[in-house]
Amino acid sequence: MDNENKPSAAARRQFLADTARMACGVGLLGLGVGLYARHAKALPPAAIRPPGALPETEFSAACIRCGLCVRDCPFDILHLAKPEEPVSTGTPYFVARQLPCEMCEDIPCVKACPTGALDHSLKDINKSKMGLAVLVDQETCLNFLGLRCDICYRVCPVIDKAITLDRQVNVRTGRHTHFIPVVHSDHCTGCGKCEKACPTEVASIKVFPLYMAKGQLSSHYRLGWVEKEKAGGSLVAPDVEHRYNMPEGMKYESGKGLSPSAPADAAPGSAPGSTSGLPRAFQGGKL
Amino acid sequence: MNATLKTSDTRPGVEAIAAKGWLAAHKWLILRRSSQIGILLLFLVGPWFGLWIVKGNLNFSYTLSFLPLTDPFIILQSLLARQAPEKLALIGVTIVVLFYLLVGGRSYCSWVCPVNPLTDFAYWLRVRLGLKGSAHISRPTRYWMLGMTLVAAAVTGSIAWEMVNPVSMMHRGLIFGLGLAWAVLLAVFLFDLFVMRHGWCGHLCPVGAFYSLIGRYSLTRIKLPARAACNDCMDCFAVCPEPQVIRPALKAIAGTPPVILEANCTNCGRCIDVCSKDVFAFGTRFNTTVAPVTGVPQTAPK
Repeated sequence: MDNENKPSAAARRQFLADTARMACGVGLLGLGVGLYARHAKALPPAAIRPPGALPETEFSAACIRCGLCVRDCPFDILHLAKPEEPVSTGTPYFVARQLPCEMCEDIPCVKACPTGALDHSLKDINKSKMGLAVLVDQETCLNFLGLRCDICYRVCPVIDKAITLDRQVNVRTGRHTHFIPVVHSDHCTGCGKCEKACPTEVASIKVFPLYMAKGQLSSHYRLGWVEKEKAGGSLVAPDVEHRYNMPEGMKYESGKGLSPSAPADAAPGSAPGSTSGLPRAFQGGKL
Repeated sequence: MNATLKTSDTRPGVEAIAAKGWLAAHKWLILRRSSQIGILLLFLVGPWFGLWIVKGNLNFSYTLSFLPLTDPFIILQSLLARQAPEKLALIGVTIVVLFYLLVGGRSYCSWVCPVNPLTDFAYWLRVRLGLKGSAHISRPTRYWMLGMTLVAAAVTGSIAWEMVNPVSMMHRGLIFGLGLAWAVLLAVFLFDLFVMRHGWCGHLCPVGAFYSLIGRYSLTRIKLPARAACNDCMDCFAVCPEPQVIRPALKAIAGTPPVILEANCTNCGRCIDVCSKDVFAFGTRFNTTVAPVTGVPQTAPK
């Protein structure tokens, strides 16, 4: 300790105090920045990322906020979030109700991205999943009210695949048909054209982020009809043909009632040693 | 205090203007402002006039669909947030790192960054208004800030610092629309003006801290071949945004060669401008020889 090269105790204390001050101050700031960034990861539902955008958690790490996608969008649909907007500062998004994605075939926004925040493996715009259209309000949807509005169906770039019109009886009138717009998630790209075009004061069909719009079945669920198609036939054992338990030597015919049966054609179930047709409980001569 | 002295004689650069003329005493300042404005204009003629020379912003820019330039600091944060960039961004990083290794890491701060004119203006006004006193935060705090941004990226898994970074906020804002970013910039300006001398750029900015790491190994330096001619007018210290970098090289402390090797010298060249004795000049880190000055001892007085 009495080494000349070593700093004095006072200097050391000063150094430690300064360091602690700096670390705490910067740490506090860092905490604020971190929490702010955490919050911003909850993208508001109306903000839609460009085509091919990674899931939000990865996107906020991969997007370097350069705005090249904004520049290369030929329709000027994308914009970069300003600090006061509830989207990560500087990241690109669009609002479908204002201007929906025009779904360019060559996807220039994705090509422009230098980091892969917009996935370059997306080559077919029809495969993009910017979000999912949801007919959020059946009470205001004109087709649900019995009109032939059909606008969402007509403007859909993936017409007849992403939105179909399913016919249902209009129970109110008893003689008309409801043409119900149904969105199919396997084809909907989330471009937002339907939301933009919806004529109701507030859109009755809206595009939501996939994680909000899409449910998920439990992994062990199987759809019987799908499994049947895959297997090429029913996977359930065929029903056992019903057999009556008749008095010996008798048969039953609908409309005729009981009558003596021909001895040779006695019901197989009644033949001794052949009980396979009987329910298990009735086997073993317990009748 | 003598009023005439105060207004006419003590402002840094007066001697240099008398000795070299106004233009020579502002040469690097003018070049630097031209560079800052020019770079900004290159980005702005696209959105303003549809002349797309440069697209993007300082985080990543694409010049004439040929030259990619990427900010290595943001890519580092992206990597720590566990996302690897594409080839184009990596080429851009390589070019930028090599460029700043050549011209000096913190040249970014004084020749490119849009916040620099803002904080320079704050400092100019601070001197003009005679505002004394300054909060004390040590200059290495910027490295803590740098560490904080990197930890924040790793912990949150996002480029968290970009949410609040005044540097990219200003540049992006000027090109893509400012929004409320003006409030952040005003805060930086007022902080530099009233709270702390050279507060943001000289003590806190993690972007500058990052570029100083490149500057540690960069080639272009301020050399002082004529340091023996120094007449201790202190003008260089008065104008330097990082005055602590000058003393070792100027005063040959502990045998320091006559070249400023400190990582935080921003290569702004203001010291060259304001020195009436032409002590300073741009050179390389290998310019370690002292020019012989007749009649003046080469070792500086202790």
